[in-house]
Formats: sequence, structure tokens, C-alpha cells
Amino acid sequence: MTGAWLRARLVDRFPETASARTLVFAVPSWPGHLAGQHVDVRLTADDGYQAVRSYSLSAPADGESAVQISVQPVPDGEVSPYLAEALPVGADVQVRGPLGGWFVWRPQWRDPVMLVAGGSGVAPLMAMLRAREEASGPAPFRLVYSLRDPAQRWFAPDLDRMEADQTGARVAYVYTRRPPEGFPRPAGRLGASDLDAAGWRPGDRPWCYVCGPTAFVEHAANLLVGLGHDQARIRTERFG
Amino acid sequence: MSGLSPGFKRFHRSDDPRLPPGQFVADGFPVLSAGPTPVIDLQRWRFTVTDAHGDRRQWTWDEYQRLPQEDVRKDIHCVTRWSKFDTAWRGVSLDVLLHGADTDAGYAMVESVGGYTTNVPLADITGGKAWVVHEYDGRPLTAEHGGPARMLIPHLYFWKSAKWVSGVRLMEHDQQGFWEALGYHDYGDPWREQRYWGD
Repeated sequence: MTGAWLRARLVDRFPETASARTLVFAVPSWPGHLAGQHVDVRLTADDGYQAVRSYSLSAPADGESAVQISVQPVPDGEVSPYLAEALPVGADVQVRGPLGGWFVWRPQWRDPVMLVAGGSGVAPLMAMLRAREEASGPAPFRLVYSLRDPAQRWFAPDLDRMEADQTGARVAYVYTRRPPEGFPRPAGRLGASDLDAAGWRPGDRPWCYVCGPTAFVEHAANLLVGLGHDQARIRTERFG
Repeated sequence: MSGLSPGFKRFHRSDDPRLPPGQFVADGFPVLSAGPTPVIDLQRWRFTVTDAHGDRRQWTWDEYQRLPQEDVRKDIHCVTRWSKFDTAWRGVSLDVLLHGADTDAGYAMVESVGGYTTNVPLADITGGKAWVVHEYDGRPLTAEHGGPARMLIPHLYFWKSAKWVSGVRLMEHDQQGFWEALGYHDYGDPWREQRYWGD
């Protein structure tokens, strides 16, 4: 299933924030993927040294432009600053995947979906929102997106459009440091009331997907369990 | 050259012979799990060994604590590419827990609270290669790292060291566990980079 390393050509790179970038790769023999899966990206230096990192796929495959990832460069990182800033458009890397069969959502599923994102953990959840939109899926989605401040918001045009389209995907923001002017909720850590107000109740039997840094995921998953959500319907993906 | 990733240069140099291929040394102790962290009441904790005939042996928390304890210091390697050297654990060898059980079967399924499973050849959890541990770095193992007790099978990728372990079921024939059925390698040897199906 996992297959061989495939050549992937960078065909586009655009900003999500001042530093984060989305990269689109053309991968001619890509086998396709499910929303929520990830991909291994391998870089090769002239001396033969190779480095591999996993990234969540942030969108469904779009024809030959099959692999889209979104990268937050880590200061002093070996791979992420190279991908975000240095890899020339038109150049090749290698990819392998798709990987992971647990933290996935399929468009034919009809149950309500609750997405809880911490920072860059929004990437695989965005793939689910986009897969839903692409399939005109009937499952109603709620996204609770926790981020430091408005300048850190990824995928802003798509999230705003999905909200405006009113097709059953809604987004609530939790700003932990500095909310936008006039935002009703003061800055602060994600709380049970944020999930309760914006999301589904346990009686709605949603599938819950939580993604972000480890401490965030622990906290958010515990809040969901505390609210009475079924543990067996909560899927988590932790970064770092 | 390869025509790949022009301008990419090595940043971190690690020639440490303890580091398997494709791994880097982690600063912290990352966590990987598929769902919420379960809350486990020690009064209700049980560890169960089930042999291939269905015969069961079971320990309560107090009984498990009274078994011979070992301090082990091992390097651990996660399939997500971090490794951590010299991690210190305390717990009970699987040799103790399997002593007296009918171990003709060749395989074992490690089982956890919440339904997580992982499969290993029996030979990989006997002969001083695996433990059920309850202390990390001299302290009780925290729930997010698998407490009150987790499996420790340090010579395989760390997903085999199941958190919140509840027992071992011996099997005549190999079956896939949770991650193994979802694309991860059946055996998971870090020195052979057995990460995914087909590796």
C-alpha cells in the first residue's frame, strides 16, 4: 500500500501566514489519498545525505497536482525552512504515501463531524473540510480552531468561503493571545464551553477529530470526554 | 547529482551509532496515540495472560507490584522518527508474567484498555526483551505516557510498546494489531527501517 518513493515536482507555493507556506506538488503516479492522511517527504543533499519528515496532506488530490502540504518553518529546523523558503518551484523532492489509516474521514460518511484544531494542526482537518465540499457531502461539520492571533490563521480564504456558503460547515475561533478587534470572546485557552457552544453535543453522536501539539490534543480530548462525548468516537493526531 | 531538492544541506550531524537509520534524537518525550487518554482506576486494573487454549492468569495491581521488579535503561525509537537514548524504566519482565503459561504458540497480541492491540512474535517478548513498566525516570508513569502501566519492547518501534496495557494473548498464528492493520509494518525493526507495509 505504502509503495515506493515517488518523484514530486513543486508546482506552486503560496503563503498561509507571514511565515507558513502551502506547497503543491505534481506526482504523476500518486495512488490517491483520504482526507486526514499524511505523506513522507524526502530531501536529498548533494553529498547523498537524506532527511525525511511527515506532513499532513491539507487538500484532496487535484488531478496531477496530487500532494498539497502546509508547512510552518521551525527556527533552526533542517527540513521545514528549506521547504517553506528555499526549494525552488519546478524542482523535485521525493514523497511516499499516503500514510495512516486511522485519522481519516470519508465523504460517504453522514454522521456529524467535530473538528478541533490547535495551530498548524488545522492542516489535516482542512483536508476533511475540503473533501466534504468537493463531494457536496451531507455530513454537517463544525470546526473549532484555536490559534494565537488572527495573523496565524491558515486557509483563511477557504474557511471564510465555506462559512459564507452556509452548506453546513461552520467555524468558531478561539484566540489564545490576541483576538481581532471586537471579537466577543476574550483571549484564553480552549475551554469546555468553547467546544460546547460551537460544536456538537454528545447526543448528536459526532465523530471528533482533534489535531495539534501534544499538550493541546491532550487538553482538548479530555474536554470532549468530560463533556460526555464517546471516547470511541474521538480520534487524535499529535504533533511533536 | 540526484537532481533532487537542490540546495538542501545537512543541518544536524549525528554519527551516534545508537541512532537507527532515518531517526533523529528527540529533546522531549513526544506522545503518539490514536484517541483520548483513558483514566484507569488502580483498584480495577488487571493484567491478564491468555494462552492459545484460552486459559487465563491474572494479576491485580497489588499482585503485579509484588512481582520481582527490574530497572531497565534502554534506547527507544518511534516510527515517527524520533529516538531517545537511555530512558529509565521500572517494571516486571514478561518472562515473569509468562512463567508457567503454555508458550507453545509462536505469537502474541498485546492488548490495552480502549481496545488498542499490537502483535509481536513471542520470541520478541521473552528472554529479557520486554517488560510491563510502571515507572519512568523514577516516577509513576503518567497517563499520557501510558500509565499506570505500559509495555516496553525497546528493540522494536515504540508503537509496539503499547500504552495502558491490560494483557497479552498468545496465538498459534500471527494476526495484525491496530496500527499493523492500518499500514504499519508487522514486525517493526528500527534497524531495518520496517516502518510501513512492504518495508
